[in-house]
Amino acid sequence: MEKRILSLLVDNKPGVLSRISGLFSGRGFNIESLCVAETNDPGVSRITLVTEGDDMILEQIQKQLNKLINVIKVIDNKEKPSIYREMLLIKVTAKSTYRAEILRIVDIFRCKAVDVGPEHYTIEVTGDEGKINAILNLLRPMGIKEIARTGTIALARASV
Amino acid sequence: MNTLKEEGVDTIFGYPGGAVLDIYDALSQTDIRHILVRHEQAAVHAADAYARAKSTVGVSLVTSGPGATNTVTGIASAYCDSIPLVVLTGQVPRPLIGNDAFQEVDIVGITRPCTKHNYLVQSPDDIAQTVKEAFYIARSGRPGPVLVDLPKDIINTKVTYKKPKPINIRSYKPTYKPNIKQLKRIVTLLKKSERPMIFAGGGIILSEASNELIKLANTLKIPVTTSLMGLGAFPGDDPLWLGMIGMHGTYRANMSTSACDLMIAVGVRFDDRVTGKTDAFASQANIVHIDIDPTSIRKNINVNVPVVGDCLQTLTGLNEIIQKEDFGNIEKRRLPWLNQIDEWKNDQRLAYDQKGDIIKPQYVIDKLYELTKGDAIITTEVGQNQMWAAQFYHFKRPNRFITSGGLGCMGFGLPAAIGAQVASPNELVIDIAGDGSIQMNIQELATAVQFNLPVKVVILNNEYLGMVRQWQELFYKKNYVWTHMACAPDFVKLAQAYGAKGFRAKKAKDVVPTLKKGLEAKGPVVMDFRVAQEECVYPMVPAGAPITEMLLV
Repeated sequence: MEKRILSLLVDNKPGVLSRISGLFSGRGFNIESLCVAETNDPGVSRITLVTEGDDMILEQIQKQLNKLINVIKVIDNKEKPSIYREMLLIKVTAKSTYRAEILRIVDIFRCKAVDVGPEHYTIEVTGDEGKINAILNLLRPMGIKEIARTGTIALARASV
Repeated sequence: MNTLKEEGVDTIFGYPGGAVLDIYDALSQTDIRHILVRHEQAAVHAADAYARAKSTVGVSLVTSGPGATNTVTGIASAYCDSIPLVVLTGQVPRPLIGNDAFQEVDIVGITRPCTKHNYLVQSPDDIAQTVKEAFYIARSGRPGPVLVDLPKDIINTKVTYKKPKPINIRSYKPTYKPNIKQLKRIVTLLKKSERPMIFAGGGIILSEASNELIKLANTLKIPVTTSLMGLGAFPGDDPLWLGMIGMHGTYRANMSTSACDLMIAVGVRFDDRVTGKTDAFASQANIVHIDIDPTSIRKNINVNVPVVGDCLQTLTGLNEIIQKEDFGNIEKRRLPWLNQIDEWKNDQRLAYDQKGDIIKPQYVIDKLYELTKGDAIITTEVGQNQMWAAQFYHFKRPNRFITSGGLGCMGFGLPAAIGAQVASPNELVIDIAGDGSIQMNIQELATAVQFNLPVKVVILNNEYLGMVRQWQELFYKKNYVWTHMACAPDFVKLAQAYGAKGFRAKKAKDVVPTLKKGLEAKGPVVMDFRVAQEECVYPMVPAGAPITEMLLV
């Protein structure tokens, strides 16, 4: 089983997302995460999704996606070096003993504290999956109240 | 309506209702023929068979809510079999959508996984363009059903008709032309191969490539098998014909599959009923797979040479290359392989024993084949009747065998016969049915009578859901749970009640006279053959077993 990040350019029309998610559920494929938003062309949305499977399944997923009438293009991010980002908002318990330590971590990870209260910080982190997981692991002992995490988005690097 | 006319629609199968009254009102002002069915499922099956018999796009028109949901089985069947259809459904007015209005259902949501594409039309100005696009999508590439949902307030708004623009969908460009390099690879494999075979499917029929297939087989003396959907793509009386492949395929077709060193699969999708255990399927062979739908390739079976392209263009291209190449003395080279296949043919043919009074169902089909000289259009229900029809009626031409192959949906045969008869008024159309499945859409006898469609229904009546009973016999120790149809109508009287004719045969000697009477009678006819109750379809490959492990008689 291999993880794969696919970027889809699709018609920005009602029902398109459900065609895609329905394809995955109906055929027993797996969606690990999914991000959707309009592109610079308002008629087109970009969907980044993370899926997994063996070679034949990953090939089938891409073919099936291409077969949908509303899917304009399927980009396999494995084919080109790409930049991957996720964003995480994390509300962490911040008792006085840990407040300085938390801010040090925020500093090291080059992220931001975006909300503060007597007992908590809310921190905004962007980065690839590894970085997000690393900060989560570091903050876990302090007590995580809540997290909100986007799926991965990806863009191929342009050749220089 | 203008768009429908421009798309060449001359017949619609439908059932009116509140949400589509405006369309029906307009329909009466045109010369488009409307066939009023008795159930919306039948409207879609009939349109499906009409599309196949006439090689065109079938059209059905139904109302919102229950009218729309009743079409789902028909649409799913057409989707599995890649039949081009446009299904027009009524919808509640736009302001009521989402309010759980009377006869409202999200049919676009419901049919998303069983249509090639579907639309909810959002503005009166979009109707013409959307309908045109629907026809384009239905018939191009790998064909399939397309549903167009039409809210009532959109269809009762008068707009000036603007001729729709030519279709250009940037995200939908089917590949018709095969890659020439791949064709050359096939030729190289063909040159090396001593034991080649062709496995053809419904794609040959849909792309009208039968002649090119015959040419390829004859030029290089390659034996041919087909899937259920491919029956008729290759003449059933040709010496190179192996019979059908798969679960109820012939001994020689299945044995050849395992022994061949090259399989050219064209217009097929390697359904599990064909392959059995996939690891053991054609395990000694290089497999070439030609299909217009890339998703069909490497979905179930790994192949050596994938070719995405239209079957007709691909086979034409392949034949052109082959003509220029030297294959040596092909007759001599093929002799050992064809002799081997002949041995299998003689070892195990499709056998049954018509002894005594009790009618064997296979005998009925055998005689039907003889009496009609193999020239009728045959539709089937699903189950044993379907398999016996496939085994004992030898189809010589495409589009003569119309069956629900992929979905396997009971109740298909009678409405399909109606659709085929409307498409081909001068042909003999016969529905081969079982006593179980005929009852799933038997109300369509009324349609046949109303429109004077002389379809003939041959019921192989064993008082069982025969195929399910067969599985219970073989795999559940004869525990016949709810497969005995303990109460059934008197089909002869029932036919008469509908205004059709009914005949019955209980003894073997009555089979031929009853068939003659039934086939010669004018108008719709039901023939009730009381056949052996516990007859099984053989050969049979248990589900998931290698296809050489056949249970024989």
